[in-house]
Amino acid sequence: MSYDWIIDVLFWIAVVFLVGVYVSWRATRLDRLHVRVETARAALDAALVRRAAATLELAASRLLDPATSLVLATAAHEARTADADGREFAESDLSRALRAAVDQPGFVDALALHGGDGKAVLEELSSAAAKVAYARRFYNDAVSQARIARRKPLIRVLPLAGRAPLPDFFEIDDDPPGI
Amino acid sequence: MRAGIVCPYTWDVPGGVQQHIGDLAEALISLGHEVSVITPADDDADLPPYAVAAGRAVPVPYNGSVARLAFGFLSAGRVRRWINEGGFDVLHVHEPAAPSLGILACWAADGPIVGTFHASYEKSRMVSVTAPILRSALEKITGRIAVSEAARTTLVEHLGGDAVLIPNGVATERYAMAEPLPGWRGRADAPHGSGDGGALGFLGRMDEPRKGLQVLLRAFEILGRRRPGLRLLLAGPGDADDVVSRVSPELRDRVVVLGLVSEADKVRAYHSVDVFVAPNLGGESFGIVLAEAMSAGAPILASDIEAFDRVLRGGRAGALFPAGDHEALAAAAGELLDDPARRKQLSAEARAAVRAYDWSAVARDVLRVYETVTDGRPRVVESGLGAP
Repeated sequence: MSYDWIIDVLFWIAVVFLVGVYVSWRATRLDRLHVRVETARAALDAALVRRAAATLELAASRLLDPATSLVLATAAHEARTADADGREFAESDLSRALRAAVDQPGFVDALALHGGDGKAVLEELSSAAAKVAYARRFYNDAVSQARIARRKPLIRVLPLAGRAPLPDFFEIDDDPPGI
Repeated sequence: MRAGIVCPYTWDVPGGVQQHIGDLAEALISLGHEVSVITPADDDADLPPYAVAAGRAVPVPYNGSVARLAFGFLSAGRVRRWINEGGFDVLHVHEPAAPSLGILACWAADGPIVGTFHASYEKSRMVSVTAPILRSALEKITGRIAVSEAARTTLVEHLGGDAVLIPNGVATERYAMAEPLPGWRGRADAPHGSGDGGALGFLGRMDEPRKGLQVLLRAFEILGRRRPGLRLLLAGPGDADDVVSRVSPELRDRVVVLGLVSEADKVRAYHSVDVFVAPNLGGESFGIVLAEAMSAGAPILASDIEAFDRVLRGGRAGALFPAGDHEALAAAAGELLDDPARRKQLSAEARAAVRAYDWSAVARDVLRVYETVTDGRPRVVESGLGAP
């Protein structure tokens, strides 16, 4: 009879312990989601840089007419130098410029006439453009899961997210040119 | 690139996912990459050289049918060892939501993980009870691939997020060469005289209106009367008697219904006809049958639905007619039967166009996904015990 309080105390210790384990598990999970967003963002940035570089390479290759070269070089330069606010617009413009250039009738065939060089530049560009589309999907996928996790009541009440900012989607037109 | 591929279903029983993995692995290897596939299988099972057995699979009811899956401590231990010893740059898990090796691999590994989702089903099928259990394992996947629009929709509805679409490849070389079926002369290079009217072919579900068999049968009513020797070869699941009863009695002896055919006979069927007709009315996203017929080099006459127009390059790799218009079908088929040069040209163009859907093209896209997720990241390592 007099030991009842011990059982009560043990019970509450157990409850506090389980809650602690659960909260720490949730915090670990959220941290992992944030890490995934950062990794995916780094991959996306790398893919965008590579696409701009491949575009500049094509523009500078002397395989194109000067007007097309100018359109591509300008768009690639804008995309590289845009600030955070203008980034999405500049990258979308680059996608459109690439499609406008590559989808000209006979463009791919004309470049193929230059033999290995033309083919290699095109292959590089097509791969870089495809990887931008993939990397953006993977980044937005990670962002949407992190955002869902951040909306959960427990995460809102407890400061489990630390100072990590709520990640934003990256929305651009990334349809690759038809190479 | 060193890739570790995880197959959830036993290799001993053929299936779509296993076939996909085998074709992908072979295409990657032929591009000069190293591939190891881990799959449920007996230790003495007859596996290809790139595959590793993870122990016997157990038949369990899953997702509305009985699937042969591997799970439990033994399989988990083998997957862990495989990851630890593999030194993979990337782990590629197929059907990661299945309670099998895929989820065990996600659990046991840290690093770049790609997941390919094959299945599509209605929302009610997968009980939402499983979602929290799956979530912590699936969240480790850094790049998701869906093999079809339907699979992608399923994935988005059940798990949220997004995936890139990389459709299945076509093993074009499996269709390239075959003898015509017995009793069929195969493709001819000459115009068809009165003695031999040539042959039209169709393959697909015969009782599914969207496949458009009824349009072809109506066109045959016109063509069959105009061309006394013309025959029609039909293959695919459905009631044969019902199909024959829809043909006028005087034409019935020229309609051959094979019903459901084996894979080998299907290839032979593509090689038995002069013109392969795809009269679909819609609902196709790609048209695997069309791609197979193209691989076989069959001259194709298809309805002008969007998917076919794209695959056939706007009519260059196969003739097109307005979907549902049986008179236009009859006219176009008649022209093709009379023009062997055009058929030969369509055949060559089809073989060239279908290369864009070959496994080598799929492997190239999958490699781009691998390169995207591994970019600047350390390789796959065994994760700490108990940390999903």
